[in-house]
Amino acid sequence: MASTLPQTRVRAESASPAAQLSRRLRNLFFANRSATRCLSLILFFSIWQVLCIIGFNFFINFQLVPSPVEVLEATVEFFTSEPGVHIRSSIYRVLVGFCVASGLGIVLGLFIGWFQIVEDLMMPWLELLRPIPAVAWIPLAILMFPTAETGMIYITFIGAFFPVLISTIRAVENILHDIVLIRVGQCLGANKWFIFKDIVLPGSLPGIASGLTIGMGNAWFCLVTAEILAGRYGVGYITWESYVTSNYPPIVMGMLLIGLMGAMSSWAVGRGMQALMPWRVIKKQNA
Amino acid sequence: MVQETLPKLKVPVDSTKGAVNVEGVSMIFSDRGQTNQVLDSVNFQIKPGELACLLGPSGCGKSTLLNIIAGFIRPTSGYVMVDQQQVTKPGADRGFVFQQYSLLPWKTTFQNVELGLKIKGIPKAERQDMVGEYLNLVGLAKYRNAYPSQLSGGMKQRASIVRALINSPSVLLMDEPFAALDAQTRHMMQALLLNVWETLKTTIVFVTHDIEEAVFLADRIFVMGVQPGRIKAELEVSLPRPRHLDDVMTSEFTQTSRQVFNLIREETLKSMEH
Repeated sequence: MASTLPQTRVRAESASPAAQLSRRLRNLFFANRSATRCLSLILFFSIWQVLCIIGFNFFINFQLVPSPVEVLEATVEFFTSEPGVHIRSSIYRVLVGFCVASGLGIVLGLFIGWFQIVEDLMMPWLELLRPIPAVAWIPLAILMFPTAETGMIYITFIGAFFPVLISTIRAVENILHDIVLIRVGQCLGANKWFIFKDIVLPGSLPGIASGLTIGMGNAWFCLVTAEILAGRYGVGYITWESYVTSNYPPIVMGMLLIGLMGAMSSWAVGRGMQALMPWRVIKKQNA
Repeated sequence: MVQETLPKLKVPVDSTKGAVNVEGVSMIFSDRGQTNQVLDSVNFQIKPGELACLLGPSGCGKSTLLNIIAGFIRPTSGYVMVDQQQVTKPGADRGFVFQQYSLLPWKTTFQNVELGLKIKGIPKAERQDMVGEYLNLVGLAKYRNAYPSQLSGGMKQRASIVRALINSPSVLLMDEPFAALDAQTRHMMQALLLNVWETLKTTIVFVTHDIEEAVFLADRIFVMGVQPGRIKAELEVSLPRPRHLDDVMTSEFTQTSRQVFNLIREETLKSMEH
């Protein structure tokens, strides 16, 4: 160590101010991952602000797009009035829809993945319903459900259900395809239940986890659609209502708020699932 | 060296079980009208407590034969008896060690080894003792709480071996279990396997394409031929036991190896032409 010290000092002294600055910046933003992520957000909003200020108009037109500062003003206004009731009702709708969707999607997915007959009985009509976008369900949701609230939950449910279902089915099929693991159970004397419980279920968890993460995102994705049905409250409702009244900054605020809450809940789902899989070690490549 | 430090295991040894009888086993795979005869009326008997190697070039059907004994696949004709019981499906009386690492990634070393006992419904306290003892036997006591992803290749195979053995199977079937290991580890594993085998006296059917490995381990070697797979020759290995890693440098060892080499050479050439 000591012998290399003089050399490094020489190099540091000879560095130009520009190089020093760039090194300091690099230390600031790339020293750890959260700093890198902050930098990414700062860049995103700055570029957007600049595009608005210069009135960028080349194929994509930023002249009428609310700038981050305008959106911030709308946000401050929203949070100084009564934000709680909107946020609470949106979170409630998304969470209930998501929970029902994950419960049903995982259980049904395990059955469809495991039993041929269940697959043959269920998949034809599930595949028929799967491509239908949430917005197309609105009229039926009004007709089918007793209250607007349950109708809205149904829309978020639709968003979350299919990703969870399909991921679970595929995850089970992948494990069944891994013939060695099934054989391990068989020659230890495992019956079907043990193979399911000790091999198929834990082996499917990574797949189920990605289904849940996508499902969580999709539930938020469908929130604006769902809250078209809402009479008064909800972040999606505000967004939709502002659109109807051509009030643009709150629209963008609503969009960003949904994005933020969606990202946070997807992160929470991912974290929760990771805790269930302590055996997974993920080491990403350094660039 | 591993073999000197291994503790002796306090388990009952039943030296009467583990007779394997392969009677006229043929296997024909057909795929889109193409039929491929992999095994042609294979016959052999393995005595209880014996360590037998099935040795042959790739494509001789040795793994298929092992899978048939395990009950993973059914032969086209013929049958396999293990202790007077005809094999129809996989079962706990035939332990299996796979070539690929086959530990369940979501279970720790301890939980992987414990699995067979748990399936049998053995109470937890008893399981704890037995697993601890078997992990000691292969020097994995320190790694009981490690997940497979944290273990080296040799450790994983040691865990797979005791996972199969803790069930006290009649016969342990091993499908090129050390083929993926580096040479040093492979030699240590062979010595370790002999040590464990001498302690437990379990019948072992060991599939390999490595002549030295077969000579070092086996009481008897069944040399298999290709196209179709069959037993070409059967050879008693009279090298004294217990065997040690440096025995491979003795002239008896080289002589036996050369003998096997000459038997297998012709078949290897045949399989390369194909």
